[in-house]
Amino acid sequence: MTTAALLSDLSKWLAATSLSHTIQTTTWIIPTLQTIHILCVAAVFSSAVLVDLRIWRLTQRDVPLSDVGRRFLPLIWPVVIVLLLTGSLLIVGEPRRSLLNDTFYIKMALLAFALVLTGLLQWSLTSAPGFWERDVGRRIAGRVAAVASIVAWSSIIFAGRFIAYTQT
Amino acid sequence: MSMFTDFIAYLENSGLADNIRENDLLFPIIESVHVLAICLVVGSILVVDLRLLGLASTRWPVSRVTWSILPLTWGAFVVAVASGGLMFISNATKYLGNGFFVAKMILIGVAGLNMVVFHFVGARDLPKWDNESRLPLSARLAGGLSLLLWVAVVACGRWIGFTMQPG
Repeated sequence: MTTAALLSDLSKWLAATSLSHTIQTTTWIIPTLQTIHILCVAAVFSSAVLVDLRIWRLTQRDVPLSDVGRRFLPLIWPVVIVLLLTGSLLIVGEPRRSLLNDTFYIKMALLAFALVLTGLLQWSLTSAPGFWERDVGRRIAGRVAAVASIVAWSSIIFAGRFIAYTQT
Repeated sequence: MSMFTDFIAYLENSGLADNIRENDLLFPIIESVHVLAICLVVGSILVVDLRLLGLASTRWPVSRVTWSILPLTWGAFVVAVASGGLMFISNATKYLGNGFFVAKMILIGVAGLNMVVFHFVGARDLPKWDNESRLPLSARLAGGLSLLLWVAVVACGRWIGFTMQPG
């Protein structure tokens, strides 16, 4: 059995569940889930961007980078749990929209990359506060990581919106 | 009123509006930029609101939090208005006839008013409580109201997509 056929069967099975039926037929559920999802994206994206901007010394220059990191990065993880929950419910409601859509898998790959990057940033800032400021090489590496973080999270938002336009 | 409708028709019939309507990629790209900007506006304002409510960043003075965060908020707000404006002109009449769109504009206006009132009235004696973790009622009210208003703005924004079909 090909992966595509397997995903198609999984989508059919999910769409036939009573939970999926409830999500499909109660008109306010999908927009409400999407609203919660976007609010959580706002929290995660803004937290990451504030740390990335601090790495570039564009905001909060008077606060040590490790303090900014410790203030904004840890909250990303519980919010990501809510994102996974609301995202999963949206998939159960409209399985084909995502599971049979390449854009969705691009989004998940980008998410995995962004989360690893966030985890590494958080770990480096908590275990060695001056990690990204020790020498020129580290400072450049930090700035590259910050740009990668902004690009990754922005791409996730783009992919998320494009799922709606690339349904098969 | 006819001058207003003429203006709306002028926007809607412009070459730019036509391009946004006709090009398959342009609208989703503008929409994605809009979502991205809104996320930064709401996420960064949330940091300030939670500080005013005494729920986060309580070790930082209020003035430091607003001073370091609000430039990002304003930058993102400009992008959100520009991208939102482009989506609006592509279908101005339909948007104006959509209750959620009208509600969203009113809510953004109220959020702005809330900010102005807090800035000029509630925050007049800010130096007195800048470092406190528990702030005066007026500051907590401004923070709580702002949080609720922006959540409602996002909800209305999402509901616009479900209650009108572009094109």
